[in-house]
Amino acid sequence: MQITDFNPNIVAFCCNWCSYAGADLAGTSRLQYPVQVRIIKVPCSCRVDPLFILRAFQRGADGVAVCGCHPGDCHYATGNYYTRRRMALLHNMLDFMGIERDRMLLQWVSAAEGAKFAKTMTDFVENIHMLGKNTRLADWRVVNAGNNETES
Amino acid sequence: MLEIMKQRAKELLESGRVVRVLGWQRGDFPNLREPVFFTTAKQLDNLEYDRFCAANLSKYLIGTDVPTLAFLKPCDTYSLNQLVKERQINRQMTYIIGIGCEGSAKLTDMEENGTLERCLVCTKTVHAAFDELIGEDAAPREKNDRFAGVGEIEAMEIAARYTFWQDHLARCIRCNACRNICPVCHCKKCVFDNTKYDTAQRANASAFEEQMFHIIRAYHVAGRCTDCGECNRACPQAIPLHLLNRKLISDINHMFGEYQAGTDTETPGPLTNFDIEMDKEVGL
Repeated sequence: MQITDFNPNIVAFCCNWCSYAGADLAGTSRLQYPVQVRIIKVPCSCRVDPLFILRAFQRGADGVAVCGCHPGDCHYATGNYYTRRRMALLHNMLDFMGIERDRMLLQWVSAAEGAKFAKTMTDFVENIHMLGKNTRLADWRVVNAGNNETES
Repeated sequence: MLEIMKQRAKELLESGRVVRVLGWQRGDFPNLREPVFFTTAKQLDNLEYDRFCAANLSKYLIGTDVPTLAFLKPCDTYSLNQLVKERQINRQMTYIIGIGCEGSAKLTDMEENGTLERCLVCTKTVHAAFDELIGEDAAPREKNDRFAGVGEIEAMEIAARYTFWQDHLARCIRCNACRNICPVCHCKKCVFDNTKYDTAQRANASAFEEQMFHIIRAYHVAGRCTDCGECNRACPQAIPLHLLNRKLISDINHMFGEYQAGTDTETPGPLTNFDIEMDKEVGL
């Protein structure tokens, strides 16, 4: 498969208070970032269960980003400190099981950092392009079921 | 020692201090010892304690609302502490007799009766909680590095790591034994109890559901796993599940400071706590 054929699916979990507003700012500032990024708003980056990330991979995401407030700026005071510890462990765990760690991204984006959001996403999508399609984590049962539906 | 255990249990039953006794009895196979609640002195004659009594009895104390006597090996008391910390066991309702341990034996090697992997790398030789002790704390064993297996996998290439786990986890039959036996897996409703795909379908599906199950199973006990090794012992397919748990333990030790779950009933776990300065080193 050539890179030009590959249209990655990217899921970005953005916290309501900083990163989602940052993405909004990128939009209102008319900054371009890849259309493949699908944003899911969460109350806090701490809300992101590792299960969400794995499920996203399983259902066909090629990359998953988690964005939250900068450490110290959490709307709920401490949420992102927990996120940081959790995601550090999950990163290593995926790597340990032979899954490219670059498919997962944790980035702090504040509400004022529209440009950073756009750049982060552009770089991330570029990385995923280099890694290619997510095959190691895809659930073939779900993928095949999807194919059958489109055929029938 | 078994006689002393029986005698103490009978005394405590008769005095009314406890109304039931949690121990082991002979199972259906020669070396099988099954956990059982005894309620009368007569039943207590069936109490067994030997190298095959590997089962960690802490989990059976969850939610106990009558005074219960339990015999716990040193490593089992860590699970007890962890469960008390998580408000799953009312310590007032338990009476713990710590018993000495020489290391438990595998059930599967009938001829060799080899020692369990967890006992070869045992670090928990001292009882973390008890009301009285029968026998000695286990003697410190030969110092085997429990993280050696983790290091071997970390040294592999990423593709080799993937193949390694694919080979092992493809054997998974999703019997859920690892989950059910784990003392700290005590959710009343598990995220993997789902009506859409039952166990049979999962077993026939590609390996990923298994891979995800095992990632999440290990992850859900991160920071709470006492490394009691029960998941590894219970697995009928001999999947090296302890490596997943130990990877998380080793990462926690490296990134957030040395931590042994179940040492006490107060200290917050590494994932329910943070250290702003130390966590900057995590690099995320």
